[in-house]
Amino acid sequence: MTNPETKREITMLEAVREALVQEMRRDENVFLIGEDIGIYGGAFGVSKGMLEEFGSERVRDTPISEAGIAGACVGSALMGMRPVGEVMFMDFLTLMMDQLVNQAAKIRVMFGGHASIPMVMRAPYGSGTGAAAQHCQSLESWFISTPGIKVICPSTPYDAKGLLVAAIRDNNPVVFMENKLLYKAKGFVPEELYSLPIGKGDVKREGKDLTIFSYGVTAQRSLEAATLLAKEGIEIEVIDPRTLKPLDKELVVQSVSKTGRVLIVHEATKTGGFAGEVTSVICESEAFDRLDAPIKRLAGLDIPIPYNRALEKAATPQVDDIVKAARSLAIEGR
Amino acid sequence: MPVHTKEVAKELPLDPKIRKQLIQRLSKEKLQKMLEQMFLTRFFEENAESLYMRGLVHGTMHLSIGMEASPIGSMAAIREDDYILHHHRGHGHTIAKGADLSLMMGEFIGKEPGYCRGRGGSMHIADIAGRNLGATGIVGGGLPTAVGIGLALQMKKTDNILLCFFGDGASNEGSFHEALNMAALWKLPIVFICDNNQYGMSMAVEKAMTIQHISERACAYNIPGVTVDGNDVFAVYNAVSEAVLRARSGEGPSLVENLTYRWRGHSKSDRNLYRTQEEIAEWQQFDPIIRFTGWLQEYKVLSEDEIDNIEKNSKENINKATETALAFPEPTPENLEAEVYAP
Repeated sequence: MTNPETKREITMLEAVREALVQEMRRDENVFLIGEDIGIYGGAFGVSKGMLEEFGSERVRDTPISEAGIAGACVGSALMGMRPVGEVMFMDFLTLMMDQLVNQAAKIRVMFGGHASIPMVMRAPYGSGTGAAAQHCQSLESWFISTPGIKVICPSTPYDAKGLLVAAIRDNNPVVFMENKLLYKAKGFVPEELYSLPIGKGDVKREGKDLTIFSYGVTAQRSLEAATLLAKEGIEIEVIDPRTLKPLDKELVVQSVSKTGRVLIVHEATKTGGFAGEVTSVICESEAFDRLDAPIKRLAGLDIPIPYNRALEKAATPQVDDIVKAARSLAIEGR
Repeated sequence: MPVHTKEVAKELPLDPKIRKQLIQRLSKEKLQKMLEQMFLTRFFEENAESLYMRGLVHGTMHLSIGMEASPIGSMAAIREDDYILHHHRGHGHTIAKGADLSLMMGEFIGKEPGYCRGRGGSMHIADIAGRNLGATGIVGGGLPTAVGIGLALQMKKTDNILLCFFGDGASNEGSFHEALNMAALWKLPIVFICDNNQYGMSMAVEKAMTIQHISERACAYNIPGVTVDGNDVFAVYNAVSEAVLRARSGEGPSLVENLTYRWRGHSKSDRNLYRTQEEIAEWQQFDPIIRFTGWLQEYKVLSEDEIDNIEKNSKENINKATETALAFPEPTPENLEAEVYAP
């Protein structure tokens, strides 16, 4: 379990900014490009103050041209730069799909391994802000199923900083998901520059009765649920893959083999969602024989995210939903 | 009505005085090289077509026979250390950028020593070391990528430029607008070159847009736009040279439209139902190679014998490259998944 030895508490938003600032100071090939990231400081304020330090060439405001932003990243990465693009909402990745899926993801293999695309596309995702159907999606499964792209989704400020640094230094296109509700969440983060390994998950809480596999905001909700259920004597292990592609399969298999029960939780819609893939990973492994109960998925409803607060909450797994699902799974078949 | 040769002749001819000046300015060696590249492209594609007919090619191909003046005239206007990005009909571009013919043919046939180790095929031949940054199979897909390449060249403070080739069809994609706007805004060192062969598969240009020339779109970005006779290698060279000068001196991008014509079908499945044999025959009279050799003789740069020699050598070189490529080993599937990500 990662437990940074520091007393400094900062928000996820500050952790993301710190990773960007420190990497840009370290490597002049790193630059930011996106809409309203300059004087405005980014739609969520991530790049606030960075224009002043790095100037308008390295904190580059663009017209509202998402395909152009993605193309600017792909082309400059092909030339050896390390661009970090910001898409204002993950939903707008739809407007970048050709550049990300047909160009960035394909160029390496298509050109016989003679080229690589070291780029990051930061993508604020998730619901809970009342922004309705076109500004609240969790679209990770599209990119997880695209060979050539890596997908990262941190749930703590510490993970966010270390993994963003790793993503910038990685020689492949990375979609870096940042949960909007978690931007204000605080955590201990060392001031010095560090990176965390891509493809390595983390046990966020140890337990023996049930494994919850989750990432991003639902990992935090799962931890809350685990605290509540501990009072009932149910000891839950919460594992956070942190990287969705490549996935730390070993961690999943290990934890599920130990507890014999697994609940997979994510905000993204259930049908075709990542939970199905994780389920298959378990079924194809030795952990399958250790299962004491069927694998359970708790995911977003198969609907466009609605506007109304109560309806919006109903669309994705909340703490109460996780408590109920975990409680029933923990006693199932006993 | 498609833009016919007669209209091209009427509207777009290069002033013979300019052609004469260009011929005098360019060295004999350079002109020979350009002619050689045109022959190599023509023979490469004729061999490619014949290999395909003989069932030796697994995939598809997009032939540019009749369009050779556009890539070769354009590339004659840049330096060896400049960059190009092109498209699915890119054999001429690759040859003009100085590709090794065996590695190129090897890629066409899908062999391990081919430029892309048999992973890309005809549609994606790239020679990264030779600064040929490859061919995209997505119409308009290269245009936003060009913005990034231009941006990197500018940020690294090089004096290199990028030629970004695309077709008439790509100019109707949204990516065209985003890319040209951003490139103009940031004065990126790019020359956007439209290989207008008058058809996007079966869709004739005049059925796809209301303007007469694609270059008219340049005014939307406040950049120069010009349409030239794309079957006249000198007209192409002249226009692209001016655009390259502008790009290299930091003044920003230009749009050059090379009006040409694709003799063959779009790809292997094309039965030419959307145009007449008469139309094709009419354009074949404007063969860019025959026109080029005509001027070279007219201005006494090369004799008929010298031209015949270049033609013969080019044919031999392509035949040799084809033989070499056919003997190349096939790729094997062991590490396919491991090579997807860069270390």
